[in-house]
Amino acid sequence: MNALLIAAIVAIASPSAAPSPAATPGYVVHIKDFKYAPTPLKIHIGETVKFINDDDEPHTVTATDKSFDSEALDTSGSWTHTFAKAGTYSYFCELHPYMKATVVVTGATK
Amino acid sequence: MKRSDFLEHVSWTGAGIAWTLSASGLMTSVADARGMKTGALSFVQISDSHIGFTRPENPDVAGTLKKTIDDINAMPVQPSFVVHTGDLTHLSKPEQFDTVKGMLSQLKAPLVVMPGEHDVIGSPDNYNAAFGSKDAPQGWHSFDMNGVHFVTLVNVFNFEIDGKLGQDQLDWVTKDLAAQKASTPIVVFGHVPLYALYPQWGWTTEDGAAVLAQLARFDAVTVLNGHIHQIIQHTEGNIKFATAASTAYPQPAPGTADKPGPLKVPDGQLLGVLGYRTVGLAPTAPADVKDHSLA
Repeated sequence: MNALLIAAIVAIASPSAAPSPAATPGYVVHIKDFKYAPTPLKIHIGETVKFINDDDEPHTVTATDKSFDSEALDTSGSWTHTFAKAGTYSYFCELHPYMKATVVVTGATK
Repeated sequence: MKRSDFLEHVSWTGAGIAWTLSASGLMTSVADARGMKTGALSFVQISDSHIGFTRPENPDVAGTLKKTIDDINAMPVQPSFVVHTGDLTHLSKPEQFDTVKGMLSQLKAPLVVMPGEHDVIGSPDNYNAAFGSKDAPQGWHSFDMNGVHFVTLVNVFNFEIDGKLGQDQLDWVTKDLAAQKASTPIVVFGHVPLYALYPQWGWTTEDGAAVLAQLARFDAVTVLNGHIHQIIQHTEGNIKFATAASTAYPQPAPGTADKPGPLKVPDGQLLGVLGYRTVGLAPTAPADVKDHSLA
């Protein structure tokens, strides 16, 4: 949530910047039927992903290296994260650890 | 209930838990004081109360937990203790821990608890604030009562793949069990099933086999788990396994649905699939496991 706020503030504070995909959550990952989709999700540094739980069960979006963690997302709950560094981020659901997916972050957008 | 009353209940519960976890001798003396013969005792297992769950499969999980507690308190001979095998809460929220702790403090018998994965979402901090003990900072512990050795395992803190105990806990339990005689009855508690019950749905403890190998040398072992919201009994050699019904909602039998999760049963049938378990232990007989529905 903080990341989203910061992204929004940055977008407001620098209107002269080129159209920035970070200004809105350009990517959405849905959690449905105990699966994250799409995966792998390919994005660029500084871009933001919104994760939405469409299941009746709670889920989490938790990095395997614990570098990010949504904590519990109940039904219809969502969580937004901005990826600041390049890399391949594996994540899973703490409640159903066999649910796994990946976000691939590459160099900054043009 | 007023906040001040509630806090009194909480402090009472907290004292009860610390005492249960830390002073096994005291537990034994309490059992003796109730006139139980050495070598024979009974306890109750409840599980998966999911306080905070509000969906149609059971819109009143507090009500069904209260009924469970009332049924146990009405037993003519009170159990030596009640063990809750985890998933006290649905989403690890402080107010959910407040509610479940206040409710469980109404039990007449002492309480033994351990976390399920729903109790440690994000971190174990909220669970520890409610139920943690300085004497068992990582949750796992053992105690002896009437000649029976009880071991409580925590297989949700290292939850990367399935249930997992982790090396620290394996080292601890190895040492703990090595000190026991083969003739001592052993009872093991944990949230996630300790054997590969249905790994496709995560219903297994990844490193559970290492503990089961050490349990094989004992004459009689009973392993009691929760997590899967249904009663499944299983035997491997001298080890008897039993998973417990939930006090909140059922889940599908392994492989009978696309995925695990809350199962909606027809109206009027919910109490029949929820319940608690009594376990009687005598020196020479196998554990007497009886499941009781709330219906």
